[in-house]
Amino acid sequence: MLTVKDLVKTFPGSKGEKGRVRAVDGVTFEVEPGHLYTLLGPSGCGKTTTLRCVAGLEDPDTGVIKVGDTTMFSSNERTKVPANKRGLGMVFQSYAIWPHMNVFKNVSFPLEVADRKGRLGKSEIEQRVGRVLEVVQLDHLASRQATDLSGGQQQRLALARALVMEPPLLLLDEPLSNLDAQLREEMRFELKRLQREMGITAIYVTHDQVEALAMSNRIAVMNGGNIEQIGKPRDIYERPSSKFVAGFIGTTNFLEGRVGRREPGNVYVVSTPTGEIRTRSEADLPVGTDVILSIRPEHIGLAPADTGVPGPNTWRGRVETRAFLGESVDHLVHVGERRLQVRCPTTVSIAPGNDVLLEFPADLTSIIPADR
Amino acid sequence: MAQAAGAGWRATFLDRVDLRRVFTPKVAILAVAMALVGYLAVVPLGYLLWGTFLSEGGTLTLEHFRRAYTSQYALTTLAWNTLLFTVGSAAIAIPLGTALAYLNVRTNVPLKSLVFAASLVPLIIPGILHTIAWIFLASPRIGMINQAVEPLLGEEFFDIFSLAGMALVEGLHVTPLVFLLMVAAFKSMDPSLEESALLSGGKRFTVFRRITLPLVKPGIYAATLIIVVNGMSSFEVPALLGIPDGIWVFTSRIWRVLSGYPSDYGQAGAYALSLLAITTVGVFLQSRLSRRGKSFQTVTGKGFRPRPLELGPWRWPAMGVVVLYFTVAVVLPMFVLFYISTQKFYQPPSWETLSNMTLDNYRYIAEHSQVKRAFRNSFMLGIGSATGVMFMMAIISWIVVRTKVPGRWALDNLSFLPMVVPGLVMGVALLFVYLRAPLPIYGTMWILLIAYFTRYMPYGMRYASTSMYQIGGELEESALVSGATWWQQFRRVTLPLLMPGLIAGWIYIVMVSVRELSSSILLYSPGNEVLSIVIWEQWENGQSNELAALGMVMIALLVVLVTVGAKLGAKVGVKSE
Repeated sequence: MLTVKDLVKTFPGSKGEKGRVRAVDGVTFEVEPGHLYTLLGPSGCGKTTTLRCVAGLEDPDTGVIKVGDTTMFSSNERTKVPANKRGLGMVFQSYAIWPHMNVFKNVSFPLEVADRKGRLGKSEIEQRVGRVLEVVQLDHLASRQATDLSGGQQQRLALARALVMEPPLLLLDEPLSNLDAQLREEMRFELKRLQREMGITAIYVTHDQVEALAMSNRIAVMNGGNIEQIGKPRDIYERPSSKFVAGFIGTTNFLEGRVGRREPGNVYVVSTPTGEIRTRSEADLPVGTDVILSIRPEHIGLAPADTGVPGPNTWRGRVETRAFLGESVDHLVHVGERRLQVRCPTTVSIAPGNDVLLEFPADLTSIIPADR
Repeated sequence: MAQAAGAGWRATFLDRVDLRRVFTPKVAILAVAMALVGYLAVVPLGYLLWGTFLSEGGTLTLEHFRRAYTSQYALTTLAWNTLLFTVGSAAIAIPLGTALAYLNVRTNVPLKSLVFAASLVPLIIPGILHTIAWIFLASPRIGMINQAVEPLLGEEFFDIFSLAGMALVEGLHVTPLVFLLMVAAFKSMDPSLEESALLSGGKRFTVFRRITLPLVKPGIYAATLIIVVNGMSSFEVPALLGIPDGIWVFTSRIWRVLSGYPSDYGQAGAYALSLLAITTVGVFLQSRLSRRGKSFQTVTGKGFRPRPLELGPWRWPAMGVVVLYFTVAVVLPMFVLFYISTQKFYQPPSWETLSNMTLDNYRYIAEHSQVKRAFRNSFMLGIGSATGVMFMMAIISWIVVRTKVPGRWALDNLSFLPMVVPGLVMGVALLFVYLRAPLPIYGTMWILLIAYFTRYMPYGMRYASTSMYQIGGELEESALVSGATWWQQFRRVTLPLLMPGLIAGWIYIVMVSVRELSSSILLYSPGNEVLSIVIWEQWENGQSNELAALGMVMIALLVVLVTVGAKLGAKVGVKSE
């Protein structure tokens, strides 16, 4: 549905900086129809700039942007469809609800400003607006002044305005970031439900990894103007392909090591200063490669030291501190020179100073080449 | 962050020269607005320079300057008088305006709404009326105050026809401008900064001196700029109070050499350029000062609801200051005008005169065709220039704030340029342009419209761009993404959101246009008189009673205008913002 190829967007550097800043540095991705595709990354990673290029609010330097079969932008063919002719729907971070119009007028605006030949009649506009307001459950507030709505209602209004044109592609720029925590969780499910039920293709920009994991069909993790990894939420979480992705999404423990030997079935044995770890990986890494292991705190098993013996993937350590987090208990465990964070269910809680055994599962420990 | 390859530059450049996209209605509107601002701001000054430094024969000359500064009116004398007058008025207006603003915003002084009204009303009274009222109050011979204090202090105690008198009258009249700026500064100051100083054990006055005042320095600098420019350009006060005793400043000289026969344009140009140079130096020095003041970034734009400072027993002396100011700046002048407007000829108030009031003067101005025409001219010009300026500045501020058009900073500065051009200088410059240029504008209302439009452009720009900065860019972008063309977006989203700011600017410009005298006095022609010109002429003819009646009606109309405008502004304003 959306194809973005080799997209580059530079900005003039601020004073004292030479040259131009490459905000988006050769980004390529493709979105399948009906998918909710998330651009995830820290602020300044280029995700919003990418989205604004797709919307037509920024002019890329080079690259190609296609929606369906329509080329919206191509630096080679020198085509550029202006933002107001692209027919895409967009929800802005601030919602950008027009405060001088009521709810109905906000939603009907896109239909009213359409080209003369494509413009709908008055009654049709009313019907369309009514329908879309019903979808977002604001139909009973149509004549309310837009500024009198609550945060969640404004958010739904922004969504209705973006959907009323029935756009082929919906662009969402951190739409939930201005809501309080509880409402955000609610809207997360609501947005996902609407998107799936209406079969909308959407690009979703966020810096919130939980949101990205919960909502997306695909996630592209961005950093420094580049896409670091594209994948399904679960793959991104459990099989990060770079240190950045592993560190940005969720909390993790990093262990430096080297590929000691390879065994059949994609099994690697990695030796680290604190011991050996066996794990599986699809990657093709020769023996001797410097690697980094990423192990999520909740994937590490913890047991009192007297319940077993140390061995491969089972290390001995000593609890330094522990913290009760409500849903889980975090332990900080000393292993040799290293300190590892281990997250246990509340049934496991070991007092500081006790010796423990740590267990690393082979399937959930990711190997990342050290140069990534 | 890597540096861009040449490709980025090339792409941007090709974008810029893509002819299919260059000639859109958007570009046409923007280009016209930019060209007009450039024309209005630059052309008059160019003509002024050209006309002053070139002799009839077309060679460079300083002859006009030589003639202007003969021994009797040495450059140093004019500059010294201007300086004393300006500094004097600033020394009255800035402490007074700041104190009134502080009392109003930060303390529990009684009768707050009176403080607010007292501080703003002088803004509505035209300068010429205010000055004439003060002549009746404090001229040595007939001044009412002098007569009142005669038994105590002897004859002719106060002399309004002096530099001190001029500074006092000007200072009282411009205090509201300081008040408005300082109210904004005090409102945006985080009160916890003061509270923490109080908790540190500081005395109230120490806190005010060491914490509050330094924090509102940027506001004080801005106020100083306005007062200084205002003092140097002031015409009414030096002309009415200075000329009788031979205290000349640049503005009164300009008027004199042009009102004599034959008018000496070269000499007027020489005075005008001197004044312009001094004003520019003043503005430059001021901007250097205020740049240093920017280190105080603790003053944020955030809204606070400060707890007012308890004045305790000082409430009543504080209120005394307010009442005194209100009496001196508003009640006395208004009373004098009203009193004179009800008399057949001037005589000091007594039981007899007060019981023999008459409406004859009002009847006179209602029947006088020149007065009626002047009312129409003034309000047409005021409304015309205010509407034009605000619409144009909405577009210009959009260009400056929203776009990345190269050279937009120049546009910003150009629209601000007329701010430093005193009204009389603008008048001289426009005379130079339209006496020479083939446009048949001289002698019509159009030249007045151009003068007002140019002079009030900077104010319109401030109002428009301040509002523009407050509108999030996403509000416009969402209109664009919704499929709106630039014009649809501007008309249906940008303009309505700007409206409260535009209306505030509109009211201000209508008000100052209706009061305008210093440009009009050089540019009007018989049949095109505006109200302030009629008042000026009546003063010269000694018709002070008719003049007072006209003034009362004029002030009443301005009050109605401001009130209605403010109500209207509150109505179109976005409610919850």
